[in-house]
Amino acid sequence: MDQSLDQSKEIKKVTQWHLAKRSFQRHWQLYILMILPVLYFIIFKYVPMLGAVIAFKDYNVVQGIIESPWVGWKHFENFFNNPVAWDLIKNTLFLSLYQLAVTFPLPILLALALNEIRDGIFKRSVQMFTYAPYFISTVVIVSMIILILSPRSGIVNTLLEAIGLDAVNFLGQASMFRDIFVWSDAWQITGYSAIIYLAALAGVDKQQYEAAKIDGATRLQKIWNVDIPAIMPTIVIILILSVGNLMAIGFEKVYLLQNPLNLGTSEILQTYVYKMGIINADFSFATAVGLFNSIINLILLIIVNAIAKKVSGNGLW
Amino acid sequence: MSSKNGTIKESSNDRVFLTLIYIFLSILMIVILYPLVYIVSASISSPEAVTSGQVWLWPVDFSLEGYIEVFNNSDVIRGFRNSILYTIGYTLIAVFLTVIFAYPLSRKNFYGKTFFMIFILITMLFYGGLIPEYLVVQQLGMLDTPWAILIPKAMAVWQIIIARTFFYTSIPEELVEASEMDGCSSIRFLWHVVLPLSKPIIAVLALMYAVFQWNSYFDAMIFLRTEELFPLQLELREILITQSESGANQDIAEQQKRQQLANLMQYSLIVVSSIPVLIIYPFAQKYFVKGMLLGSVKG
Repeated sequence: MDQSLDQSKEIKKVTQWHLAKRSFQRHWQLYILMILPVLYFIIFKYVPMLGAVIAFKDYNVVQGIIESPWVGWKHFENFFNNPVAWDLIKNTLFLSLYQLAVTFPLPILLALALNEIRDGIFKRSVQMFTYAPYFISTVVIVSMIILILSPRSGIVNTLLEAIGLDAVNFLGQASMFRDIFVWSDAWQITGYSAIIYLAALAGVDKQQYEAAKIDGATRLQKIWNVDIPAIMPTIVIILILSVGNLMAIGFEKVYLLQNPLNLGTSEILQTYVYKMGIINADFSFATAVGLFNSIINLILLIIVNAIAKKVSGNGLW
Repeated sequence: MSSKNGTIKESSNDRVFLTLIYIFLSILMIVILYPLVYIVSASISSPEAVTSGQVWLWPVDFSLEGYIEVFNNSDVIRGFRNSILYTIGYTLIAVFLTVIFAYPLSRKNFYGKTFFMIFILITMLFYGGLIPEYLVVQQLGMLDTPWAILIPKAMAVWQIIIARTFFYTSIPEELVEASEMDGCSSIRFLWHVVLPLSKPIIAVLALMYAVFQWNSYFDAMIFLRTEELFPLQLELREILITQSESGANQDIAEQQKRQQLANLMQYSLIVVSSIPVLIIYPFAQKYFVKGMLLGSVKG
């Protein structure tokens, strides 16, 4: 028994080696082509992963990443001993959970609604116009928000004044920042995000609709019992991916929407990392905060994936 | 699709439900369109009409003063030119790298393809962070050069997966074998056979990368110092966000006329900067959809 096992292992090793050799002889030009992209990933993705060790060092430019002295958890302690830390964590979590709660279900609703109506000019127009904002840049979206909500000449305040209300400085109020951020995001990405669900809906077996019709199901029952189960795997995957991006989402837009008056709610971990690291050049401290952010993100992803697998049998891995 | 002119009549319940859906979609469309229409209308109205809030849907006192102001702004013109160059250069580099990486991964007997897939998927899970990435660019001496815009974001994992799926499904293994019998080298096969057969996927990749580059500002903000190198989005940020009334300085003293024109110019600038994307939008829409579907076939 043992011998034959050893033998089969041996054979496997030999065949592996053989396969590799044959593949290399046959595709050696492709392997050479791949050197460049592989180098790209090593330099711009893997080196920064290793470079994150400066979170545990006192990085200075003269000594570089390797020579700079180790300081253990100093930067993490400094961060958590700063009262600001908890505000940042709270702001980051509130903003991303609010965003998830709005931008995750809306595309599903849109896709289900579009799936109900007949192909034609109306359906095509809805699709075309709802996708469009996705292609507008963050800078332009934020400029539009600022112009439209401007306390002096913005259209919203003009309308408020026309009906006898006082003008509101929307962006100057910390309490409104989250609403502005989340709903403008919903405005921009709902249509585009619906595409993937529409594709899943297009794949539903037509016989199921026929069967539902013969059973006298109403449209709502049909959506509930045929459509939603059919797109459930897609919903789960998108949910996991969204949670995986929870702590990273929209940071470039948050930064542009910030002003001194709304910082109380608009300062999040990522914008803080940028300010501490790039503007103040406090590299090690900023890396520590960024690392903390990425680790929370990774833990969230693992938890959601585990839950999803248990509940629905679908997971990313 | 699910619309039916079949034998069983729709119940009145269903008709109500369908009407509600039409109302919901119509409202959604109006909500999405209104800001866009408003911005365009304001951009072709007179400065006074915009500032005094007379414009709410259609243009008032048609004028192109805002656009004249935009085209007289040398910073904007320079940014526009830089952005075109960055977008073209970046797209060429990104598509090239993505194709030469994704194609081998799509071949059946390519040894190590699982390893390479894991190698790139790991980079989706673990992220070095903003600062370590910045330090790499700094160490390479790319700070304040166009390379900092062209290279560090040159490949995206999602795009590699899309391209690999395409090659896998549309370049059959038999074709490769036949070409090898004829003594065609891998590179020649890639160039003369695979690329001509892959125009749709190249269009998808190019559009995705180009739109990303045209719209991005953040890398330029952290990597570039010299104004001559600034892309359009960074100039826009200067003009539209940093200098504009951001709520912080609400009652600043102003020379009215100048201020009105500056205000109007912001609307025109938004329109001008979005034109390149709007021109390709009809194509982009189709190809983006295709790309998203390809990516979702196999994760």
